[in-house]
Amino acid sequence: MTVPAVELVNVIKHFGDVVAVNDVNLKIEDGEFFSLLGPSGCGKTTTLRMIAGLETLTSGEILLRGKAIGQTPAFKRPVNTVFQNYALFPHLTVERNVAFGLEMHKIPKEEIKKRVAEALDMVLMGDLSRRRPNQLSGGQQQRIALARALVNRPEVLLLDEPLGALDLKLRKAMQLELKQLQEQVGITFIYVTHDQEEALTMSDRIAVMDEGKILQIGAPQEIYEHPNTRFVADFIGETNFLEGTVSDINGEAIDVSLDDHTIVKAHSDLSVQKGQKVGVVIRPEKINLASSGMVEGKVLEIIYIGTDTRYVVQLKDNTSITVREQNLNSTQANKYKRGDKVGLNWDPANAQVLKK
Amino acid sequence: MTDQIPSKTHQTQLRLDYLAKGYASFINRLKQLFFNGYAGLVYLFLYAPIILLVVYSFNESRFPTYWTGFTLQWYRVLFDDHLVGAALKNTLIVATSSTIISTIIGTMIAIGVERYRFRTKPVVDGLLIMPIIIPDIAMAIMLLVFFKLIKMNLGLYTIIIAHVAFNISFVAIIVRARMATLGTAMEEAASDLYANEWQTFWRVTFPLLIPGILGGALFAFTLSLDDFVITNFTSGPGSTTLPVRIVGMTRRNITPEINALSTLMLISAMTLVPLSLWLQRRAKMS
Repeated sequence: MTVPAVELVNVIKHFGDVVAVNDVNLKIEDGEFFSLLGPSGCGKTTTLRMIAGLETLTSGEILLRGKAIGQTPAFKRPVNTVFQNYALFPHLTVERNVAFGLEMHKIPKEEIKKRVAEALDMVLMGDLSRRRPNQLSGGQQQRIALARALVNRPEVLLLDEPLGALDLKLRKAMQLELKQLQEQVGITFIYVTHDQEEALTMSDRIAVMDEGKILQIGAPQEIYEHPNTRFVADFIGETNFLEGTVSDINGEAIDVSLDDHTIVKAHSDLSVQKGQKVGVVIRPEKINLASSGMVEGKVLEIIYIGTDTRYVVQLKDNTSITVREQNLNSTQANKYKRGDKVGLNWDPANAQVLKK
Repeated sequence: MTDQIPSKTHQTQLRLDYLAKGYASFINRLKQLFFNGYAGLVYLFLYAPIILLVVYSFNESRFPTYWTGFTLQWYRVLFDDHLVGAALKNTLIVATSSTIISTIIGTMIAIGVERYRFRTKPVVDGLLIMPIIIPDIAMAIMLLVFFKLIKMNLGLYTIIIAHVAFNISFVAIIVRARMATLGTAMEEAASDLYANEWQTFWRVTFPLLIPGILGGALFAFTLSLDDFVITNFTSGPGSTTLPVRIVGMTRRNITPEINALSTLMLISAMTLVPLSLWLQRRAKMS
């Protein structure tokens, strides 16, 4: 096995009494686009800042290509950061901003000039080299910050919500561009975000964090289709959650009995026992509406959102289930009315059993 | 179509509306006049003495009671007065050297207090503003006692030390405010880009602090230029500064020469203070 680009071993960070990062273990492969995803205050930015060297570790170790760097000061680490608010030096031109890291490394002037020009061309900002940062738009500043980091050819590029300050349209465009750029330069990216869609769009793998801990690491599809906790299921996309007890086990096919004794069919790759209290997670788009079905309820709310129609169905025990149906034809949304009795069906493989 | 032509009553109504509007705007104008007048009086109270001072520096008569004609002779007298010349020289020596020393020390204190954590920080914080809140007269006596105690002869050196003592605080507070608005983001970015602490300071922190440092220095210079109380207590023979000299001159009699001198000092303060404020504001914008 190859040495990971970055490895975190039992990393803990306390701020006074507050535990910001609680025993994080992580291996990030070379050339990977890796995202740290979680709500604000989950410790994702602190984790990133510890890799950058801007925060000291309370305990644990960080390895960069197998070499311990936990005690190395930030300026000696071959990693660079794109900061959330770009942190461009306002007293220097764009060109001097990008050249900063190379100047610190005492690279010959000729080469600095060449590499700065290349980096600015790469982010399509070659014409603005003589401007000052305050003469640039947010999107332009973002690109300069990217060039300023990438020009040093770091072993790992750290990005702290770099698109957070941009408007939606620009953010979407930059997501694609960033992903392409990463594939082009082949540098390992560690990307911090609280935007699940952003993480799903760009990442090779995602680590979902909450309260200083990593809950799940996996490819976007794996995280979305097989969340291992209710938190992950809730955080990544919309989800429904049913509670019940295991009533029958047949290999990976599990029957779960809800409180009103309705039996729902689900699937689990975890080992569960009969009688065990479990939860069942099912995504709104994986449920089909019919006149009768596995679970029955009545339509409480119909929300038309153009591409889809969203139905909120109330079950007998008052649990609300959201169902999403694609509007395949123009009258699809008129199929059911409020108060209609409906049945819900799904492929058991799409309903995930979670231990409580 | 007919109902579109205004009827007679309608026209009367319109005229009444017009009159009412006219009355309301008249009242408004009156109110405006009153408040403008009031503001004008306040400003007159503030600035009339200054204007009189300046005007009478060009008065031919020795006495400030009558205007007898325009002249520049008091300025000529002023420039020929070698005592004033010597005092001006002393003032500039004191102001320049105390500004340089207090700017360096004040900036270092500001950086230390703002960027580093240490146990005695609250004490240092509190002590920093002491020279600003201590009455000048108390500070003057303290310094005088101190110089006597260490048996230092009063002269230019003691004035400079005294001015450094009160200027440090002003410089430190102004530079510190600038530092606080800068935050640590720029310094973190520099260290992320391989700059060690020394390089980070000279390449990033210091250039960004310059407006604050210059603002602080100008402020210190202005304070030093016109300090009387502390200077009076800490000066010795031959080390008279301009403000001390002026007070001495007024003891004998007030001549328009003093007006002329005050006018020149007024002009220098009026250029320095806005310059200092402008530097600080420009720093805030970048």
